[in-house]
Amino acid sequence: MSNTLLQVKDLHVGVQDKEILNGVNLEIPEGETHVLMGPNGTGKSTLGYALIGHPKYEVTEGRIIFDGEDITEEGADERAKKGLFLSFQNPLEVPGVSLSAFIKSALEQVKGERVKAWDFKKKLHATMDVLNMDYEYAERDLNVGFSGGEKKKAEILQLLMLEPKFAILDETDSGLDVDAVRTVSAGIDEYKKRTGGTLLIITHSAKILESLKVDRAHVMIEGKIDRTGGRELVDEINAKGFEEKE
Amino acid sequence: MKEKTYVEDIDRSMYDFRNEDKDAYRLEEGLTEEIVLKISEEKNDPDWVRDLRLESLKIYNSMGLPNWGPSLDGLDINHISTYVKKNAKMADNWEDVPAEVKDTFEKLGIPQAERKSLAGVGAQYDSELVYHNVKDSVAKSGVIYTDIESALKTEYADMIKEHFMKLITPSDHKFAALHGAVWSGGSFVYVPKGVKLDFPLQSYFRLNAKGAGQFEHTLIIVDEGADLHFIEGCSAPKYNVANLHAGAVELFVHKNARLRYSTIENWSKNMYNLNSKRALVDEGGKIEWITGSFGSHLSYLYPMSILRGKGAKMEFTGISFANEGQNLDTGAKVVQLAPETSSVMSTKSISKGGGVCTFRSLVKIGKDAVNSKSAVSCESLMLDSESRSDTIPAMDIRTPYADIGHEAQIGKISDEAVFYLMSRGLSEEDAKTLIVSGFADNVSKELPLEYAIEMNNLIRLEMKGSIG
Repeated sequence: MSNTLLQVKDLHVGVQDKEILNGVNLEIPEGETHVLMGPNGTGKSTLGYALIGHPKYEVTEGRIIFDGEDITEEGADERAKKGLFLSFQNPLEVPGVSLSAFIKSALEQVKGERVKAWDFKKKLHATMDVLNMDYEYAERDLNVGFSGGEKKKAEILQLLMLEPKFAILDETDSGLDVDAVRTVSAGIDEYKKRTGGTLLIITHSAKILESLKVDRAHVMIEGKIDRTGGRELVDEINAKGFEEKE
Repeated sequence: MKEKTYVEDIDRSMYDFRNEDKDAYRLEEGLTEEIVLKISEEKNDPDWVRDLRLESLKIYNSMGLPNWGPSLDGLDINHISTYVKKNAKMADNWEDVPAEVKDTFEKLGIPQAERKSLAGVGAQYDSELVYHNVKDSVAKSGVIYTDIESALKTEYADMIKEHFMKLITPSDHKFAALHGAVWSGGSFVYVPKGVKLDFPLQSYFRLNAKGAGQFEHTLIIVDEGADLHFIEGCSAPKYNVANLHAGAVELFVHKNARLRYSTIENWSKNMYNLNSKRALVDEGGKIEWITGSFGSHLSYLYPMSILRGKGAKMEFTGISFANEGQNLDTGAKVVQLAPETSSVMSTKSISKGGGVCTFRSLVKIGKDAVNSKSAVSCESLMLDSESRSDTIPAMDIRTPYADIGHEAQIGKISDEAVFYLMSRGLSEEDAKTLIVSGFADNVSKELPLEYAIEMNNLIRLEMKGSIG
């Protein structure tokens, strides 16, 4: 048995006094890949934001334990330094800050040391190759004018460069064409290969999961984990939808 | 995240050190004919300069304060020393500059910059230049870069007389008149026909004396087909009494010439910066203004470009950053008088901790300026709910054959963007600093590397303690 990396205990989360999560329990052992599915508006992204410490998502009850430490009260930057990562569903545009400069300063923050420019560039380009990204994107302003697919690739690029212990991928496959989904999947494979990292994949579709070994699947309904199962649960949901309870 | 941004006093020690001015020659405070004559005598003015000073003083006394911008109530010219001179002669060898003055400029990185990337440098300390040097190769090409007082004693005396305070005249406004009466120091640059300088010339103005004014005059003439990049930097230590800067910059860009005029202004936050800048551009010539305004308590600054020759161009790229206690009223003006002229103004302003930024633009297109273009865009970023940003555009278009555009955007720093950067490990302060530096990118990417770094350091300094 591997160690539990993430433990969510009876988590209640509200946004502007409206409770969205009401008692989520979740355990993810180190190195596993979990899938979180559920209808729209049921709180999947809220869980992602709450886990990485978005200040607008207020934890009213419950705890988040990461790597043996209670991080419920910690800020987003501290959590990132401990190894949490969220691939955003809608990454923000930041004019005037290049993708490469941003990744470099984030890398220096999480590693706590200066990164040599030459080594960084080499690794960045090798990683962009995995994602079929033109090197030119590294010098462009962060997400500014990127297409939906390019934004998602840029998120996976950050995942591969920062090598967090635990990554949440929030609808990373949504709105992508078949080729882009394949590229993103290859990126996720690469992450597992490089780091043996732990994943929580929030998704609507099974496409992105085809080439991945899924350890557990969870279905969220109305702010709670409704069901948990193995890979077969993903196929079942795909066939029957969320309403069909056993 | 809390709603309000708490702003601490920033660490300005890099600029804030002051030197005692015990061995300086300093004229008494206030402004009288007697004082103006003393300045004139001290400087050995030619008669025409002395007469211009006295004429300017009359105009100064007859004009009222500007009544449309931020309040000038805190400024009392009767308590400003108009002339302070270090007891030192101007040197062209760095070793000959007095130790504490040298120390000041060493701290500001001036000699280092000269060695690295400049074709020539001038340094003014209070009212007079203390150092001037131009690389041999530049001097051999016929480029003149000196202070105006020295140039008045050379063959260029007539050229100066022909141009001096002709573009900015004493009757333009009260502080132009003041400048005409008490001006001292500054730069004279002449770039001969066809000479293109690969490296910039720089002048640095340091106002060290307490309760004093700095009134330097910059006169640059770029002859036909020539090319120059001129950089001015300014700073001062902070005192608890007002200091005044009322310089004048007159730029003449001849046919097919190009002049880039870059300024990184970082006056201390007790400074009244009432500066006037103007350029006159002939056929096919181009003036490019790059301006970063970070310092001063209060600024009135609107560089003006007059495009009088066919196809003349101007580009203005600027950024202002107003922090607590600062009111920066800045902008640009362009007057397009000839066909096929074009102007582009692109400005950004940042306000924080209750700071006020006002952007004023004026685009005037005359009836003969057919097929001319003008595009103005300004973007403002407010970092908290106490700060303020205003945009006041004016246009006066006298021909139907012109293409005019104006865009303005005012926004707040996005909490979501801050969070996005924080989720990758950046602290809140670093995230905000990165966003603000990115916002200021239009200016920093136009500056030589050393200055871009200095500007980013200034932004970092201003962002310190901005945790919300």
